[in-house]
Amino acid sequence: MSLSLVTLFLLSIMVFLGGQVLPGNVGRAILGPFADQRAVDALNHTLGVDRPLLTQYGSWIWNFIQGDMGTSYIFRSPVAPFVLDALVNSMKLAAVAFVLVVPIGILGGVIAALNLNRPLDRIISLGGLSVTVLPEFVTGIILILIFGVWLRWLPISAAWPKDAGFFTQLYYLILPSLPLFLVLFGYIARMARSGMIEALDSDYTRTAVLKGLPWRTVIWRHVLRNALLPTITVIATQTGYLIGGLVVIETLFRYQGIGSLIFTAARGKDFPILEAGILTIGIVYAIATLAADFLYSVLNPRIRLGTDQ
Amino acid sequence: MSATETIPAPDTAARRGPWAEVFFSLLRSPTFLVGLGIVLFWVACALFGEHFAPYDPLADDIINALAPPSGEHWFGTDQIGRDVFSRVIVGSRDILTVAPLATLLATVAGTALGLFTGYFKGIVDDIVSRILEAFMAIPVVIVALLAIVALGTSKATVIVVIGLSFAPIIARTVRSAVLAERELDYVAAAQLRHESALHTMFVEILPNVIPPILVETTVRLGYAIFAVATLSFMGFGIQPPSPDWGLSISSNYGMIGGGFWWTVLFDALAIASLVIGVNLVADGVQGALND
Repeated sequence: MSLSLVTLFLLSIMVFLGGQVLPGNVGRAILGPFADQRAVDALNHTLGVDRPLLTQYGSWIWNFIQGDMGTSYIFRSPVAPFVLDALVNSMKLAAVAFVLVVPIGILGGVIAALNLNRPLDRIISLGGLSVTVLPEFVTGIILILIFGVWLRWLPISAAWPKDAGFFTQLYYLILPSLPLFLVLFGYIARMARSGMIEALDSDYTRTAVLKGLPWRTVIWRHVLRNALLPTITVIATQTGYLIGGLVVIETLFRYQGIGSLIFTAARGKDFPILEAGILTIGIVYAIATLAADFLYSVLNPRIRLGTDQ
Repeated sequence: MSATETIPAPDTAARRGPWAEVFFSLLRSPTFLVGLGIVLFWVACALFGEHFAPYDPLADDIINALAPPSGEHWFGTDQIGRDVFSRVIVGSRDILTVAPLATLLATVAGTALGLFTGYFKGIVDDIVSRILEAFMAIPVVIVALLAIVALGTSKATVIVVIGLSFAPIIARTVRSAVLAERELDYVAAAQLRHESALHTMFVEILPNVIPPILVETTVRLGYAIFAVATLSFMGFGIQPPSPDWGLSISSNYGMIGGGFWWTVLFDALAIASLVIGVNLVADGVQGALND
């Protein structure tokens, strides 16, 4: 629990160093090498980057907490609306991927475990493993070619027409969510499979079978509940990974999410957007980790929050 | 050191035994052999690709731009008429230089870090481990984005970013292996001989934790290739005019809506095959060492 806060703090330091300290003269970077020195100094003063580092960091964090994420160097307007709009879009994409992958991944792992070492298990395990190790843009390109270019079933860009309704948006998000689905499927299925194997092999399962419970009841009541606990943790840790994947996928599919926002900001050296975007991602990650801890303790009566084990 | 090294013969013989066994079980593992075959194929392409590529991978030929695959150009040509087949073959070179170097950096830094934190335990270990764990939660793409904005794009930046991002993961593996080793008698014996901490760590403990390091390194190599390819695709890694796969996809995928599938498909398949090959090797090594 405290760990995600350490991560967040570390991330804020890195963002601050990467965005404000290492690039050197921000005013010079924006105005270019031929600008007048006085103009550069004036801009640095307006941007507040000529103050001491600790003051800059403190006021940056303090303003961020109050909802003031600064002013974009390029758009000359407040950063917050850009970041929040992009975050909503990214959440939509991530939600589609998660809604697809969590049940299917768990189902895949359960089916594999119930068919342990049979061909079906091999296909699910090996298939899941091979797609998991592939970069998202590679699976993305191959999926675009198959479903977008050859079969023409799905649009190859995620930018839906204006005022598109829920189902139209969903239709545009299916293809971009598939590469994320494939990467996550392997992890989730593997965890669900090993959790199932362990639970199937346990004493309480044997007891349940021996006291004559129907197989269906044994699986639902005794095996699944125990088997899926570690899977929840894996799903939560994958949110950090998912965010990295979003940067790539949103760029590939030209989707206006937070990943493509920070990517564009990085290319344009628009530090306020870059910093606010990354810090926002960090906060989302911290919340997801906390939520997973909470869910885990609710589902598992043996573990309560606060006992570190 | 001198007194204990007087009987090296049985020692080395005992050590060669298990390694030979690992070697032979690797040769019996189909997973490892298939993976090794794929990897060696791409290494050969990286080393000698220029000699058997039918065209110069950098030579443009505007008249024949975007030609579909044919007998003349097996994989077609890209938007300025460069031969895709030749580019795919030579395109393995940069990724196969950058990714292994990044992995090497991660292994060296991670091993040192893991040895120190595992050997000394205590408060230093607690603090360092916590920071490393927190650092591991940050996606490589984000770290890379920040570093490259701050430091500019170069192969060296990519190597350092990936190397340092992966070092904590290797450090974690090494640390847990060292924690088990340091309780063994030979470590106590070394300490009784008043060997320095550095000697105990690097000469006594390190040779005994090589297997987990080896497994982790091969696994990391797969992820390093993943990361290098992704950064190239994002425009933050290997730069033009290199025929690098990720870079080629990034400069050509804008046109696939027009049906020019051959400009990206073969590069994508090349990356996929290399990543899967390295992972098969890692799987084989893991299996052989855990037997």
